[in-house]
This record gives sequence, C-alpha cells and structure tokens, in this order.
Amino acid sequence: MTKTVRIGSGLGFYGDAWEPVATSITRGGVQYVASDHLAELTLAILQKDRQRDPALGYARDLLPMLAQLWPLMHERGVKFVCNAGGLNPRGAAEALRVAFATRGWRANIAVVTGDDVLGLLQADAAEFPHLFNGRAVSEVRERLVFANAYLGARPIVDALRAGADVVITGRVADAALFLAPLVHEFGWKLEDAASATDWNRLAQGLCVGHLLECSGQGSGGNFGSLGAWQAIPDLAHIGYPIAEVEEDGTAIITKAPGSGGRVNFDTVRQQLLYEVHDPHAYLSPDVVLDMSTLALTDLGEDRVRLAGASGRPRPERLKVVGGFHDGFKAEVTWGFSWPDAWAKAQAAVAIVKTQLADKRVPHDELFVEYPGLNSAHGALAPLPQKLDELNEVWVRMVMRTQHKAAADGFGRLFPWMGLSGPAYTCGFHGLHNTGELLGIWPTLVERERVEPAVRIEVIAS
Amino acid sequence: MTRTVTLRLADIAHARSGDKADWVDFGLFAWNAAGYEVIAREVSAERVQAHFAPWLPGHVECWPLPKLLAVKLVLRDALQGGGARNLRMDNLGKAMAAALLRMTIDIGEDEWALCREQKRVGWWP
Repeated sequence: MTKTVRIGSGLGFYGDAWEPVATSITRGGVQYVASDHLAELTLAILQKDRQRDPALGYARDLLPMLAQLWPLMHERGVKFVCNAGGLNPRGAAEALRVAFATRGWRANIAVVTGDDVLGLLQADAAEFPHLFNGRAVSEVRERLVFANAYLGARPIVDALRAGADVVITGRVADAALFLAPLVHEFGWKLEDAASATDWNRLAQGLCVGHLLECSGQGSGGNFGSLGAWQAIPDLAHIGYPIAEVEEDGTAIITKAPGSGGRVNFDTVRQQLLYEVHDPHAYLSPDVVLDMSTLALTDLGEDRVRLAGASGRPRPERLKVVGGFHDGFKAEVTWGFSWPDAWAKAQAAVAIVKTQLADKRVPHDELFVEYPGLNSAHGALAPLPQKLDELNEVWVRMVMRTQHKAAADGFGRLFPWMGLSGPAYTCGFHGLHNTGELLGIWPTLVERERVEPAVRIEVIAS
Repeated sequence: MTRTVTLRLADIAHARSGDKADWVDFGLFAWNAAGYEVIAREVSAERVQAHFAPWLPGHVECWPLPKLLAVKLVLRDALQGGGARNLRMDNLGKAMAAALLRMTIDIGEDEWALCREQKRVGWWP
C-alpha cells in the first residue's frame, strides 16, 4: 500500500474558529494540522500588543485553541504546525509551555526564529525598493513598525525531524506550513531539488498548502456566486479542508465526513486562484508553481483530485513585508429617514466640509460612502431611480489626517447637528474612534542575509 | 443571423477576489466549457479595465487558464495604497469580485443557450 499523509487546515486567520479543526482531528483522520494565523497586516496588530507588553506580540488565540485541541491531538498522535508566533515566537512558545505544564501535559514545542528583518530595512536606506512601485525605503524608514521575511519550509522540516509535536514560527510563507510536513514525511528534496520530478512534487505540496491555508474558504465558505452559494450545505458546521497526499504529490482534497460545506471543482478552484497574481509563477521561498498545467478532477462526494502542478527552481531572494505608520483616520456613520433622506445626507456632508474648512482642521481627505447604496461597489453600483423616496440613507464619512489630534476631534463636529442640522436623523456612530493607518512595504531580501540567522529551539513542557 | 443577448458575467461565471498590498486579484470561473469560451473571448484586460475605470482606474492584467475554465485578473492601485490605509468599508476588496460579476457582455442567443444547457463541471448534488 502506498503511503499517504493526511493534513488538515487549522485557522485561516487570527480570530478564526477552531471547532472545525476539532472535527478534522476527531472525524477526519488527520496526522497534521497546519494553522495560518497571520494575514499580511496581522503583524501590525501584534506589534501594538508587543508595545504594551514585551511578552506579547504573538497570536493569542493559540493558547485557548490548543487548550481545547491538544488533548484530541495528543491522543491520536497528531502534530501541529503554526505561524502564531507572529513577532514573538519565543514568547508564544513560553506561554504555551507554561499553559501545558500547568495542566500536566507533555509536549515538545519547537520555535522557529529569524524572520525579523526590521533592522536590515532600517539600517540601509539605499536598498529594499517597494516591489510594486520601486520607491526607495528611505521614504518610510523612520516610520517602519515591522518588517519580516517569508521563510520557507526548511526550519519546520528540521523541527519535525527533531521530534517536535508543536512547531511555532513567526512569518513563514503560509503554504510552507503545509509543505513542510510533506517534505518531512516523504523525504522530498528541498534545497537540493534538481529534477523536474523534485520540483513538480514540491509544487504539488505548495498547491496543497495554498488550498488549505484559508480554512473554510477551501471547502465552500465565502463561495462567491450568483445563486449557487445557497446550495452549499450546513455552513454552521463547516468542515475545513483536508488533503490526503501521496508520495508523488498527487492529492485528494476533502473534509471530515458529516461536516458542512462543499469540496468540489468550483469551491476548490475558487480558492486555488485566491491571492494569486501571475498563475504561471506563484512564488514561494521553496519552489515556483505554475498552475496552468494543474488538473482538478471532481470525484464527487466532497472529493477533488489535484495533480499535474509544475514546479520551477525557487526564487533567489525572499519576499519581505514591512508596515509603516501612515497617518490616522476617524469615521462617523449617520442615518437619515424619509422624506428626502438622500438630500439630507448630502446636506450633512456639505456641512461637515464647511466645518472642516472653517476650523482649519488639517486633513488629507474626507472619504464619503453610503452603506446600503454604494459602499461595496462605489461608482459601479447603480443608484436607485427615485433617490428621494428611499426609506433611509446612511452616510459614512471618514477623514484621513496626519494629525492624531485632528482625528480625535472629528467626532465632535457632529453632535450639535442633532438639534441644529437636517431633521429625522438616527443612529449616529463614531464620537471617539481614531484609528491608526498603516502602509505596507513589500520588498525582497537576499537569502544569505536572513537564512543563516534562522534558529530552531525545542523546549519541553 | 442569431440575435444577441446582454448578460452579466454573474450569469455564466463565479468569482472570488483577494488583496496583496494595493492590488486586488480576481479569479473568474466559468461554470462549464461553453461559458469558458465566452469569458476567454470577452473578458480581456482592456474590457475589465474599462469596466472598473469609472470607479478605480488602475491597470489590469489577465491570464486565461483553459484547464481550470478560469480567467485570472489583477487590478492595480485598487485599495487606496493597501488594506490598512484604505478608508472604504470594504478595505480588503472582498466584495470586489461581485463588482466584476456586474460586467455586461453581448453574446449570441445560441451561445447563451449552450452556456445554460451544458452541465456544471463541479459536483452539485
């Protein structure tokens, strides 16, 4: 019998639900769970946590999640890989060690560090041009709050080889969380990949990871369509996707028996192309994937076969994502009822603009949209014919400013209008809600400036 | 001479959008091979760019994927610089795939009939 490895999707973001992961463990027969807690800008949230308390800076849902899942995993020998370490993988591992020790649970917890490259970006102004627009990092250097390189599968493979039950990383390529257990189990060549076979099976493994990294989005969740999403059963009990992978990389995408959701040609390919740019060159630290040769075969009964991915040698440099302070926002949402709801909302916007000018409030823009009418599709949303017959109109005004005090004061431009502005208003929101804005800085870094500093530590609870 | 009908992409395809920094990407998926013939022909980078232009006048790139019956698209400069500085309610462009599905195309009635009659490839019991 040929060896297969069953790997299940963990969380798809910081804040996702883990009940479906429990289902994959108890009913889905998974041997590994890989959990992606970091969206592109999650590190910005974690950075604020770390500013308040240096022991934080990791995705804190890791602790309650494993408090519930670890007994289920331990009983079945399931291993857990995650990037919940965020900006502080050691802190996450230590918090987990303490949580496990308090309960008398024993586990080998591995920590991967070395993805933090903030120092590199801050040190050398001449380098690290923005990947999309080529601008120099010196423009934002003083305002950078984090910068992390996307590591590949190698340190996770090494951690598993060292006997880790739980692997906690910071920033690694999302799909590498899934590729690594496959490389470990099958002994696939990684840096030493040389033949088309080597690259193609890495590409298959990467593709499996890409299909599983967004939890329920790979099994019928968030299925965008006109009139088809209703046919996806029982989203309340959705099963996250599970992959059964063979030694040559061929995989079946499925989910736990009896769970909700749908795994079919349509739901799987919708996830396949998600957050992909050129599908002929999906870049990762370990391999470049060409999706155009892929064959997705719908086997029915929530099973889709994935084969035929083409791989090419990995990129020379690693991707980095940095975040920088980019001003503040403050927003107000306000409702107006019939009659003349639309006209009154317009009048309110005009009054606010007058106020901003009279008071010389320093700001870059006042962004206006109308929830319920055009906030999803802007100018592409056709407005109703009889605007002034609308039952109600909501207006959302958002001010962008470089000055925190201006943002803090924005909400105070409004309450007086309750007695002195247009009539029949309701539902004012936003007196105090200054938000920090962050710009994103994607760039590249040479491997040799990052990889030698990557470390793996295994601690026992 | 067959008559033409005006359709929305939503009538023959489904879609999902995602964000990377300031770019929004779209996967557009025909329900069947007949639908793919239509989207591969009608959904060009130029047409999609023109569709979004009244709202977001960014550059569009496009890759047809015949084995997946899909077209991949990327719209640049779509998020006011990126999700964490975008003031829109839909700051990550999650609902933007639906804006793509609003795009209208004109096709022959017989081709439209084929799109409706051909079975979906996916398992939809």
